[in-house]
Amino acid sequence: MQEKRYTLSVLVENTPGALARIAGLFSGRGFNIDSLCVAETLDPTLSHLTLVTHGDDQILEQILKQLRRLIDVYKVVNVTEEGDHVEREMALIKVKAEKENRDEIFRICEIFRCKIVDVSPKTYVVEVTGDRDKLEAVIELLKPMGIKEIVRTGVIAIRREKKSA
Amino acid sequence: MTGAKMVIEALKREGVEVLFGYPGGAILDIYDELYKAPELKHVLVRHEQGATHAADGYARSTGKVGVVLVTSGPGATNTVTGIATAYMDSIPIVILTGQVPTRLIGNDAFQEVDITGITRPITKHNFLVKRIEDLPTIIKAAFYIAKTGRPGPVLVDIPKDIQQAKGEFNYPEEIKLRSYNPVYEPHIKQIERAYQLLEQAERPILLLGGGVISSNASEEAIKLAEKLKLPVVMTLMGLSAFPGDHDQSLGMLGMHGTYYANMAVANCDVLLAVGVRFDDRVTGKVDAFAPGAKIVHIDIDPSSIQKNVKVDVPIVADCKKALKRLLEFVKQGGKDKKYWEERFTDWWEQINIWKRRYPLVYKQEGDYIKPQFVIEKLWELTKGEAIISTEVGQNQMWTALFYKFKHPRSLITSGGLGTMGFGFPAAIGAQMGNPGKLVIDIAGDGSIQMNIQELATAVEQRLPIKIIILNNGFLGMVRQWQELFYGKRYSSVRFQVIPDFVKLAEAYGAVGMRITRPEEVEPALKKVLQTNSLVILDVHIAPEEGVFPMVPAGKATTEMILL
Ligand SMILES: Cc1ncc(C[n+]2csc(CCOP(=O)(O)OP(=O)(O)O)c2C)c(N)n1
Ligand SMILES: [Mg+2]
Repeated sequence: MQEKRYTLSVLVENTPGALARIAGLFSGRGFNIDSLCVAETLDPTLSHLTLVTHGDDQILEQILKQLRRLIDVYKVVNVTEEGDHVEREMALIKVKAEKENRDEIFRICEIFRCKIVDVSPKTYVVEVTGDRDKLEAVIELLKPMGIKEIVRTGVIAIRREKKSA
Repeated sequence: MTGAKMVIEALKREGVEVLFGYPGGAILDIYDELYKAPELKHVLVRHEQGATHAADGYARSTGKVGVVLVTSGPGATNTVTGIATAYMDSIPIVILTGQVPTRLIGNDAFQEVDITGITRPITKHNFLVKRIEDLPTIIKAAFYIAKTGRPGPVLVDIPKDIQQAKGEFNYPEEIKLRSYNPVYEPHIKQIERAYQLLEQAERPILLLGGGVISSNASEEAIKLAEKLKLPVVMTLMGLSAFPGDHDQSLGMLGMHGTYYANMAVANCDVLLAVGVRFDDRVTGKVDAFAPGAKIVHIDIDPSSIQKNVKVDVPIVADCKKALKRLLEFVKQGGKDKKYWEERFTDWWEQINIWKRRYPLVYKQEGDYIKPQFVIEKLWELTKGEAIISTEVGQNQMWTALFYKFKHPRSLITSGGLGTMGFGFPAAIGAQMGNPGKLVIDIAGDGSIQMNIQELATAVEQRLPIKIIILNNGFLGMVRQWQELFYGKRYSSVRFQVIPDFVKLAEAYGAVGMRITRPEEVEPALKKVLQTNSLVILDVHIAPEEGVFPMVPAGKATTEMILL
C-alpha cells in the first residue's frame, strides 16, 4: 500500500500524563512521528497538538483509532484529509556570512521573505516561515554558504473556513 | 475527612466487597482506615502479583470490578505482570498504589518508583493524585473507566501526604468525562447489512470471543445460533459463551483449535465475529484466514476492527446490544427455524464429515495417565458446573479442548498475555467472589510454582480450591515446540528438582494426594471433589504427551498437525 504523509490535529486534556501517553502510543505500536508541536489553547484545560506522521491507509486508520481510544484525547482531526488547510513551520538558520556571500543571503531572504534576526561578524541567523517546501528551498539555497545550525519548530496547521456562505 | 478515609468511603460507595492487597510504608494510612472498616473484606496475599491476579479472577468470575491495594516501589512493581494480564484480556480492575509524599516525587526517594509511567502502556488509564480535592472524583473516574466501554485495568497512585491531607468528601453520584464516550448502540444500517449477509449465506459461522462474556451477551448469542442453526466456534477467551456440549458447538478455533472448527472457518462464506480481536493465535496466516468469507465484526473497541483482518461490515457496539438488534431483524425477516435448518443442511453435512474424519481424540496407551482423560473425567464428574481456572501451557490447552464449559464466566484463563502463575491466584479471587461454588485450578508443574506462595493465602481464607497439577515433569508446551520445530533439542525444559507437591500441600496446611496410574483417576477425582478444604492433586501424566491439533505459528489454520 502507498505511504502518505498526514498532518493530524489533536485536542487533549491538559494533564501531566497526556503527552507521554501519545508519545508512548506511537513508539509502542511502531508508528512514526515526523514532527510534533504542543501548545495551550484558549481553554486552559485543553492542549493542542499538531502531529505529522506517515504510513499507508491501514496504519493511518489505526493511528486515528488508537489516539481516540486514549481517555485523555478529546478530539482528533485528520487535517490532510479534511480538505483545505494552511500549514506553517518556522526555522532559524545560522548561516556563515562571509563578505562575498552577504549579498546572496540578502537576496535569498528578500525572495522568500525571510528575516535576519541576529547578526555577528561571521554569521547571520535567518528566520524563515512557510510550508515545508519553502523551508526546504531556503535551506538548499543557503547550504552552499555553509549552514552552522538549524532549529525547526515542526508543523502547525489550521483549517480554512469556507470562502462562500 | 482525610484522604485515606476518603478512599475507604469511595470503595464502599462503589459497592466493593473485597480487596486483595499487601501493606507497606506508603499505604499505611489507608490500611489504618481499613482496620476501622470491617465491612470491607481484605485478603492479605503473599505476593502483590498474587493480589492482582486474584482481583482479576474475582472480576472475570463475577463481572464486578476487582480491587488491589499495595504500597509504593516494590509493592507497585510486583503488580505489573498482573496488570498486563488484565489489560490484554480487557478485565476491569482498579489498582490503588501508595506513593512517596508529593514533595519527594522525582527525588529517587526510598521506595519511589514512577508507577504511572511504568504502567502507562498496560493500563486503560492511570492517575497520579496531586490534590486532595481531586481524590474522590479520580476514584469515581477510575471505577467508571475500568468497567465501561472495553473494560480494563485502571491504576490510581496516591502519595502519602494526600492520604493524610484533609478535605471535603464530595463523592459524585455520576461522572461524565468529555474525552471518553464509549459507543454502545450499533448503527442500525450496519445491523441490517449483517442480517442481509446472513440471509444470503450458504456456509455461515458464528465466532464468539471474550467480548460476548464481558458484555453478558451469551443468552443472545445462543438465541441467534439456535434460531438460525449456525455452527458456533469460540476463541480461548470466548469459551463458555456458548455451551461446549451443545450440538452446534464446534469448540475452539485457532492454533490449538479443533480440526472441524478450523476447517469450517476456512470454508465459510459469512463469518459473524462477535467480541473478538483476531489475535494471531486465532487467525494463523492472515491471508489464508476465512479467505472466501464476508466478515461481519461486532466489537465495542473501534481499534479492534480492521486491525488484523479486513472486515466487510464493521459494527462498533456493545455485543449484547448489537446481537439484540440483530435478533430483531431475524424476527422481522419472518423465516422460521425450519427454513434456516433446511437452508444450511448441506453445510452441516460437510461439517459433520469433518467431525467424523478428525474428531477430538487422544490415544489411551500404556500405563500412563493421559491428561485429556483427566479433564474428560473431571468434566463428567462435575457435570460441567465448576469454575475452572488454568495456568498456561499444555494444561491450559487440554482444558480448553476437553472441558466443555457450560456457563459464561466459568473459564478463567490468561489468553492474551499467557501468564504462567495466573491460574491459582485467579482461583482465589474466583472463590472469594463465588463462595459455595466449586473452583478448580488446572495447573502445570511449572506454572504452579510461579505463585505457589499463595497457598498460605488460600488456606488462611479457608478456601476449598482444588488444584489439579497435570505433572509431566516438563515445561511441556515449550518442550512440544522444541520437539516439533527445534529438532528435539530439549533446552532447559526439564526441572532437575520438582518439589513433593503432597508434602508441600501438607506444609501449608492443605490436603495433598498423588496418582500415577489411569485407574486411580476417577476415585481420586471423586475424593478431591468431596474434600471440603484446599486440595492439591498431583497427577503424574504421560511426560511427552502433546497438544493436538496444532497449527505451526504463521501457517494457515488448515495446515494442522493432527494426532
Ligand atoms: C511467566 C511466563 N514465563 C514463561 C512463559 C513461557 N511458557 C509458556 S508455556 C510454558 C511451560 C509451562 O509449563 P507447565 O506449567 O509445566 O505446563 P505444561 O505445558 O507442562 O502443561 C512456558 C515456560 C510463560 N507463558 N509465562
Ligand atoms: Mg509441565
